[in-house]
Amino acid sequence: MAEDAANGVGMPQLDLSTFSNQIFWLIVTLFVLYYVMSRIALPRVAAVLADRRGTITSDISAAEEYKLKAQEAEDAYHKARADARAEANRIVEAAKAEMQAQLDTEIAKADAEIAARTAESERRIRDIRDRSIEMVSEVSKDTAKEILTSFGAKADARSVNAAVEARLKGGL
Amino acid sequence: MANESGGFNIRPMDQFEVKALFGGDVSWYTPTNVTLWMALTIVAASVLMVYGARGRALVPTRAQSAAELAYGFVYKMVEDVAGRDAVRFFPHIFTLFMFVLFANLLGLIPFAFTTTSHIAVTAVLAFTVFLTVTALGFILHGAKFLGLFWVSSAPLALRPILAVIELISYFARPISHSIRLAGAMMAGHAVAKVFAGFAGALGAAFFVPVLAVTALYALELLVAVIQAYVFTILTCVYLRDALHPSH
Repeated sequence: MAEDAANGVGMPQLDLSTFSNQIFWLIVTLFVLYYVMSRIALPRVAAVLADRRGTITSDISAAEEYKLKAQEAEDAYHKARADARAEANRIVEAAKAEMQAQLDTEIAKADAEIAARTAESERRIRDIRDRSIEMVSEVSKDTAKEILTSFGAKADARSVNAAVEARLKGGL
Repeated sequence: MANESGGFNIRPMDQFEVKALFGGDVSWYTPTNVTLWMALTIVAASVLMVYGARGRALVPTRAQSAAELAYGFVYKMVEDVAGRDAVRFFPHIFTLFMFVLFANLLGLIPFAFTTTSHIAVTAVLAFTVFLTVTALGFILHGAKFLGLFWVSSAPLALRPILAVIELISYFARPISHSIRLAGAMMAGHAVAKVFAGFAGALGAAFFVPVLAVTALYALELLVAVIQAYVFTILTCVYLRDALHPSH
């Protein structure tokens, strides 16, 4: 307060008597602050920043790797799907061919059986007809003989038979 | 402050007085309010940079984020302005920035003492920078450092005149460097005090100066940060001249 009055203008900044005090404490302060900053604070923050940068870089590369793996997995999946489709097509083709072959043989077998049965039936039909023709000629001969006998005409069996056969041949 | 009995008895410069903390005369080693507020500056800077970053977290807390921001801000400034090879002076420049920033900000607390409003303090800072940078220039480049004053891109006839101008501007650097900071701090605090004094004297219209002080305080907050930034960036500019003296 005394210096203030002495100064008159009242600018404590120009009071030279306090300069040594301020300069002394400023130098002490700067040394302490520099020590704290350069030894403790700045290495700590720098380490944190470097750490973070490292983590980010490694995380990005890991993500890159995972992306590649996912791409590979996707490719593998697509490949497996294509393979499965091809395999399925192949199986379908094979089954179709097998079925076709089986069908063909079955058809052939059935055709053969049908032919055999047709042949058999025709043979039997022919037999029946032959027999019926035989029976017709027999009955005709007998009937003719009986008719001749009842008319009282003498007829030898051989000529009657020949006449009936001749008739039948023309008639049937 | 004791005799604010009446009228315009405003004493805006009282806040800048250096006083012994425990009474008595002020000698060079006496603990004074300068000591107290410089110690608080160290504490504040340490709280931010040491305590704030104590977690060393990968995902930073708010305090750690602020500490990293301060680190990155000054680091980038040194790298961009002074060049990559100036990074070895980063701790020194960071100390300077932290000191000026927190001295300015703490000075804004009401009833605080602003250490950076004293020309004695800022002049020591500025001349330390000036002498260090000049010595560094001569150590690194020897006589070639004088090429800083010899503008080889100018016509030969103009060079001596330019050299004189460059020399004067070079020696004016520490003066403008220190007075800029102390002046800005002192002016702002003095004006705030004057306005605050008006509030007492105006009676019913007290709200006008109160509003003015509020606006001024916001401005002072800006000035406190900007002056710290300006002081630091000028230091970086001077350092660049010492490291790369050729124009």
